[in-house]
Amino acid sequence: MKLTLNIWRQTDANDAGAMHTYQVDDVSPDMSFLEMLDVLNEDLNAKDEEPIAFDSDCREGICGMCSLMINGEPHGPEVTTTCQLHMRSFKDGDTITIEPWRASAFPVLKDLCVDRSAFDRIIQAGGYISVNTGSAPEAHSVPVPRDDAMRAFNVATCIGCGACVAACPNGSASLFMGAKITHLGELPQGQPERDSRVTNMVAQHDHEGFGGCTNIGECAAACPKEIPLDVISQLNKDLRTAIKHGH
Amino acid sequence: MTDMPDTTLTPDPSHVAEGHPSSDDAAGYYTPGTPLTDTKAPGGPIADRWQTRKFEARLVNPANRRKLDVIIVGTGLAGASAAATMGEAGYNVKSFCYQDSPRRAHSIAAQGGINAAKNYKEDGDSAHRLFYDTVKGGDYRSRESNVYRLAEVSVNIIDQCVAQGVPFAREYGGLLDNRSFGGVQVSRTFYARGQTGQQLLIGAYQALERQVAAGTVETFTRHEMLELIVVDDGDGPRARGIIVRDMVTGEIETHLADVVVLASGGYGNVFFLSTNAMGCNVTAAWRAHRKGAYMANPCYTQIHPTCIPVTGSHQSKLTLMSESLRNDGRIWVPKKKEDCDKDPRSIAEEDRDYFLERIYPSFGNLVPRDIASRAAKYMCDEGRGVGPEVDGVRRGVYLDFQDAIARLGKEGVEEKYDNLLDMYERITGENPYEVPMRIYPAVHYVMGGLWVDYDLQSTIPGLFVTGEANFSDHGANRLGASALMQGLADGYFVLPHTIRDYLADAPFEKIPEDHPAVVEAKQAVTERIEHFLTVNGTRSVDSYHRELGNIMWEYCGMERTEDGLKKAIDLIRSLKDDFYRNVKVLGTADSLNQSLEKAGRVADFFELGELMCIDALNRRESCGGHFRAESQTEDGEALRHDDQFAYVAAWEFAGEKPVLHKEELTYTAIEMKQRSYK
Ligand SMILES: Cc1cc2nc3c(=O)[nH]c(=O)nc-3n(C[C@H](O)[C@H](O)[C@H](O)COP(=O)(O)OP(=O)(O)OC[C@H]3O[C@@H](n4cnc5c(N)ncnc54)[C@H](O)[C@@H]3O)c2cc1C
Ligand code: SF4
Ligand code: FES
Repeated sequence: MKLTLNIWRQTDANDAGAMHTYQVDDVSPDMSFLEMLDVLNEDLNAKDEEPIAFDSDCREGICGMCSLMINGEPHGPEVTTTCQLHMRSFKDGDTITIEPWRASAFPVLKDLCVDRSAFDRIIQAGGYISVNTGSAPEAHSVPVPRDDAMRAFNVATCIGCGACVAACPNGSASLFMGAKITHLGELPQGQPERDSRVTNMVAQHDHEGFGGCTNIGECAAACPKEIPLDVISQLNKDLRTAIKHGH
Repeated sequence: MTDMPDTTLTPDPSHVAEGHPSSDDAAGYYTPGTPLTDTKAPGGPIADRWQTRKFEARLVNPANRRKLDVIIVGTGLAGASAAATMGEAGYNVKSFCYQDSPRRAHSIAAQGGINAAKNYKEDGDSAHRLFYDTVKGGDYRSRESNVYRLAEVSVNIIDQCVAQGVPFAREYGGLLDNRSFGGVQVSRTFYARGQTGQQLLIGAYQALERQVAAGTVETFTRHEMLELIVVDDGDGPRARGIIVRDMVTGEIETHLADVVVLASGGYGNVFFLSTNAMGCNVTAAWRAHRKGAYMANPCYTQIHPTCIPVTGSHQSKLTLMSESLRNDGRIWVPKKKEDCDKDPRSIAEEDRDYFLERIYPSFGNLVPRDIASRAAKYMCDEGRGVGPEVDGVRRGVYLDFQDAIARLGKEGVEEKYDNLLDMYERITGENPYEVPMRIYPAVHYVMGGLWVDYDLQSTIPGLFVTGEANFSDHGANRLGASALMQGLADGYFVLPHTIRDYLADAPFEKIPEDHPAVVEAKQAVTERIEHFLTVNGTRSVDSYHRELGNIMWEYCGMERTEDGLKKAIDLIRSLKDDFYRNVKVLGTADSLNQSLEKAGRVADFFELGELMCIDALNRRESCGGHFRAESQTEDGEALRHDDQFAYVAAWEFAGEKPVLHKEELTYTAIEMKQRSYK
């Protein structure tokens, strides 16, 4: 099939950036979305135009590196990551608009690549359980009810891609943060630091310039890993409890 | 693969002695070197060696640790676990990765699980049995003391991960669940649905970020190591730092330290198509190799039988389908070539060839990875492959769930394999509940890597290597669920102990940034970059990478021959020359430039590919993932030659003619046997 692509080009963080239009012919429905961009890049290179920079690594939907806004939707029309989106989701003759994540806490580095290091700093603020190597007790000394373990696992599948932030009109990272709070909060090992974790992570979140949550729900709709909206309720509940405890 | 009977046979002496001329296939391609004799493994009973070494390794006074700088390249399981642990101990750690966050290292993609000899199932597991299975699985080409230690510390890994909050699968009683995996008879694999690597890595990543907050670790993301700094100030060479490129600004930075650790992962992408992530590369390891670190057994490659086949020339990577699918799926191809393009559902039962069940009646679809892979290749070579033709050949075989659906019901199959079958449908657009899946082998893992001694130290003092980047534990073939175990064992429990013996002599003399060794390393990096940007040729980096990959896959893939390997070396050499003269890299040095990043990696893949072929040429035997057509039994099975090849081939860089150093493998705690799965 033949497609028209409107793609955001920006040379670096200081450049204003603009949309550019490209044609690609010969797109096979079996290609992944990123392979379609690979083909375009080969073509640009042949024409002495610098290829478009975009992030990807695993191309299996698990590393969270890929991050494209496709026709206004983070990761495009399907509930999956950009790298797992295939061209059979599009039709011959379509026009596709491709942009980077847009959020003030995720500055654009070049073309479609953004800086998501704010997520790492939120984790640094408390997204862990403090246990030094070698000091762990025998694994079976603390049984964990199967359902709790499953719930913890389900939200621990967050890949840190940032689609939730890109989807949110406020640029909030509450879904990402709520997933971590819920993951660790469901487990007995996560209890001792539960209060400090939530207060410190929320403080860092706000400090990074992410917006507040006003319960719009776009984040959960965009999340490729289907992290449910109720992790944000859990986050708020934990925060209230922590405040009550004097944090 | 579950419940494989142990059919190991005592070697038939006629097989072992026969069928190999004592020719030196690689004569002229290498220079013989001195043997490697000191692996630093302590003597004594195998079960005591690690305790002995831990006791003998000197300690570093806690007050001194913060004065010692440790560089760790890589934030996968092997690197993140080491950085976190060294940070906790109070060292001053700098951690590097090329992704935008440490959490995205390729370990994240591991699916199946992690082994540990916990014996929670009381099914007779023990450190000794895990040791035995690993050495046997590796076809008796690994170093026994290292493997024993791996098995021994495996139990601590699970404790550590659980304490960190890794949500492993659990039973109703709240205790940890296990599955069996990879051709062993006990249940020792811990897992988190099909996302074990992700969960383990997030545990290690969080421990790492905790140390960042504590001020002991500094992370450098989107930074690529491009050179190793080796300084010799009279007391012999030592690794003292690295040159990295800030991948956003293009700045070339110098980082100096007392010790350097490489945990930079595997190099399967030398084949272009593999199940590895796009950025996986050999550059960090190769740069160290060029500076004196030996590369061991580079030709040992694991090819995984159950991956989604290539669909066309646009293909950028291959996706693994967990091998657990072989527990219930049946593998077949049409008996008649004419049927190959038909709808598989219209092919009658008697016209199907369930070739694994036919050739290996006792193991059937559950034969080990290398055997299943080769059999699929032969079927396609014969012209009985299925799926779309790519370059004139159909490269795919069916993996059929119809019998399983009849037996377990659709729900039963869904419950066991839900996310895998969904993933398959997403990628191929075909519903595996209705049409048989198509699979084909793909490069998955490399057992080869930088040579390390028992302390995980390379042949350059002060350069340690962990995880997939080293060669140490898996011999010629790795068992499923053992790479995650090795990465975490190395990083959490081995390296932090062995490295302190080296650091007990530190801090070493401060190196000024204008030291000749630093200047030279930095200049080499800048010149290389400059070269790529000024060639102004006609071909893209990817097109060269793809062509190199084709050569490797064709001649150094599932089956290797003397003629093929020699041809491959010639092809690689001329392609490499052309690359340096005709590659086209646009953009600038001082900005984010993905073509430039790839150019450096592909340049190193050329040199690695050549060495892999030389190593494969030298090893005129078949063992594990390395199959030399000249060395097979009458019925086509792999044939080892222990009398000639029971050694680690450690290659020293010397331009086109590398120097071969042999480390003899001797086994005191296990007897060498020939594998058989018929
Ligand atoms: C699809 C798939 C499934 C798998 N499933 C399993 C499984 O179920 N069980 C199992 O045991 N094993 C499995 N494996 C194998 C296992 O995942 C890997 O062997 C293991 O995770 C490697 O870990 P590592 O820490 O050594 O390297 P990696 O996780 O690959 O990390 C390498 C790190 O090095 C960094 N790096 C590399 N080069 C440079 C450079 N030049 N400069 C700076 N940084 C650099 C990267 O950024 C990254 O942080 C699987 C592998 C694949 C591909
Ligand atoms: S919550 Fe979902 S959308 Fe947000 S970072 Fe995690 S996986 Fe991505
Ligand atoms: S590239 Fe890894 S999730 Fe898309």
